[in-house]
Amino acid sequence: MRIKRIQVQEDKQTSASAVDLSLLDPIIEKYKGKRGNMIPLLQGAQDLYGFIPREVFVKLSEETGINLSDMFGVATFYAQFRLNPVGKNIIKVCHGTACHVQNATAITDAIKESLNVKDGETTPDGLFTLESVACLGCCSLAPVMMIGNETYGKLSGKSASKVIKDIRLKELN
Amino acid sequence: MEKIKVIVGLGSCGIAAGANKTYDKIAAMQKAENLDFELKKTSCVGMCYREPLVEIIDQDGSYLYGEVDEDRVLEIIEKHVQHNEPVKEYVVHTELFPTVDDSYFKGQVKIALRNCGYIDPESIEEAMEKKAYEAMKKIGFEKIPPAGVIQMILNSGIRGRGGGGFPTGLKWRFANNSKSKEKYIICNADEGDPGAFMDRSLLEGDPHAVLEGMVIGAYAIGATGGIIYCRAEYPLAIKRLNIALAQARKHGFLGKNACGIENFNFDIYVKEGAGAFVCGEETALIASVEGERGMPRKRPPFPAVSGLWKEPTNINNVETWANIPWIILNGSEAYSKYGTDKSSGTKVFALTGKIKNGGLVEVPMGITIHDIIFKLGGGIQDDKKFKAVQLGGPSGGCIPEYLSNTIVDYDSVNATGAIMGSGGMVVMDETTCMVDIARFFLDFTQKESCGKCTFCRIGTKRMLEILTRITEGEGQEGDIEKLEELSYQIKDSSLCGLGQTAPNPVLTTIKYFRNEYEAHIRDKKCPALNCKKLLKYEVIEETCTGCTVCAKNCPVNAISGERKQLHFIDQELCTQCGVCYSKCKFEAIRIS
Repeated sequence: MRIKRIQVQEDKQTSASAVDLSLLDPIIEKYKGKRGNMIPLLQGAQDLYGFIPREVFVKLSEETGINLSDMFGVATFYAQFRLNPVGKNIIKVCHGTACHVQNATAITDAIKESLNVKDGETTPDGLFTLESVACLGCCSLAPVMMIGNETYGKLSGKSASKVIKDIRLKELN
Repeated sequence: MEKIKVIVGLGSCGIAAGANKTYDKIAAMQKAENLDFELKKTSCVGMCYREPLVEIIDQDGSYLYGEVDEDRVLEIIEKHVQHNEPVKEYVVHTELFPTVDDSYFKGQVKIALRNCGYIDPESIEEAMEKKAYEAMKKIGFEKIPPAGVIQMILNSGIRGRGGGGFPTGLKWRFANNSKSKEKYIICNADEGDPGAFMDRSLLEGDPHAVLEGMVIGAYAIGATGGIIYCRAEYPLAIKRLNIALAQARKHGFLGKNACGIENFNFDIYVKEGAGAFVCGEETALIASVEGERGMPRKRPPFPAVSGLWKEPTNINNVETWANIPWIILNGSEAYSKYGTDKSSGTKVFALTGKIKNGGLVEVPMGITIHDIIFKLGGGIQDDKKFKAVQLGGPSGGCIPEYLSNTIVDYDSVNATGAIMGSGGMVVMDETTCMVDIARFFLDFTQKESCGKCTFCRIGTKRMLEILTRITEGEGQEGDIEKLEELSYQIKDSSLCGLGQTAPNPVLTTIKYFRNEYEAHIRDKKCPALNCKKLLKYEVIEETCTGCTVCAKNCPVNAISGERKQLHFIDQELCTQCGVCYSKCKFEAIRIS
């Protein structure tokens, strides 16, 4: 069930001083008082911070009058919203049907091994977050993964690890 | 003489295959050598297996080049553009001479995809050259009343392309019959079905077709507002939709007195989904647009009576909308000429999996599954044995090889236990394990269940546990029966389509591949050699050279043996990771 995604890890949340809440003002201005504004508000907030910090929930709730619990309910319902910080590069490994049939598990396994993280986790250096997603819609290039806006197709475990290695090299230089 | 046109296909899948690099390379060559040709962009023509695609139109006609990487660009531009000598071996499609890929185009009838891959999706002028908004002009010019439009759609026999198959004309009539000041039109572009991407291609390739369809729908039911609910995972589609919307407003096709029809005020905006499969269901989608958790509610009242903001609302799928202008322009009969009695017209399928020619195909209803796979799709990858085809995604089912003469129309596909769905067609060969496929889909629906209905929430979880157990060699006698019992209970006790259809992949695989379930449960074997935990890795005596590579690489030290001596795998220690199999250069590891 979807609600399983609630994972509040207090210690991982950034402290209030690290979050610049004034960034939120333009989106609050844009959506305040409009009906059906909750999802666009949360999407806008996530675009700003990469995830939705606790303080942002509180601020949005205070400013718009939406119940904090309603907001949290929506944020945990949809796969898009994150409550924890993510790595600089989000690796989305596609696990759609076509990719599954073409052995997407091997891709995830290879990346897990080379980054030493579990699915959904971020590397300690904050460079990578590994995610499994339902379908990226590039089925004929299966198996695929997406890093940033770049899609990599017709992968094998080996070539996937190599892509990661190349990005790491680039980041370190 | 007209300039030579060079057109690069820049859909999401083309870009993934490197089409941007191809485009940049061509642009760089044009600049460097000051070449005189027109460089243009288009979207996906559906031929994903040959991406990146480049079309060159010269005075003789059109040549579609496939797999154009940066090296091929050099050769093609030099020979074809500069010296007027087409490079025949790279041409995948042309009217001028036969190519190996002709079978992919033969048998296709493009109605919904009529302009995809032929126009620049970011140019309304090019769309209008291909008759975009002509249907709306016809309605205005001939003064066809809303009831007349609805009658045309009814006569065409088109049914909802999102998967439900409900007659579109009827849906419109219901919405038209509801009286209210405000009414809404929604385009369902929340294509969450893993293995389907036709809506994405349509939105990326011909956004104006969808917009015009919605404008016609709005005129017919008297809607005041339109929403396109699109997956956030489709950034390119959203970008192109917004460009198209701005253009349509500028040309007066949207807004006050839209399309020049007095008192017809209608505008559309794009709403980004936030990633929840269940939001493909009408009432859940409406809840999501309203900013709530996307949970379905009880029907009736149907959205046609009380939908978005409790106003009458009509929801159709992307592909349905794209068909509408064509029907109005060419008449109901031209449309119902294609297809079967009860399922008229064409359907777009996303052909993927273990198939040679993967991509998008639009075929008339009534064609057999076998023809789609073997004539258009070119058969199975590596010429392996065709085993089954999965239709309808997580709500659908697997159709076995011996039923491949089933024709595609709503009723025939339903009779097999699968559903037409939105058109994902995943082909499976002998190396695909059907129990694993059932487990895969259940894993998906279990995660995506919104949790409202107990049977869907908990039942799918229990089914997944049983299936996982079976694939790990822990299956027990009676498991199949338990799965069936749970399936029927979930089907009967769920509110929405997600729960009602979630057991379909399990039921169809049990129906057609019961022996595979039994092999897993009784013999602890996976006939397709797919389920890891059921595999046994052994060294083949005759071919092992004693190179020690497998022993060195084994992560659990399960392999023993001296250099130049036969090696041995300790089955007690082996974790079936498969490293030895992939590392062995002498093919001396056997899987059974």
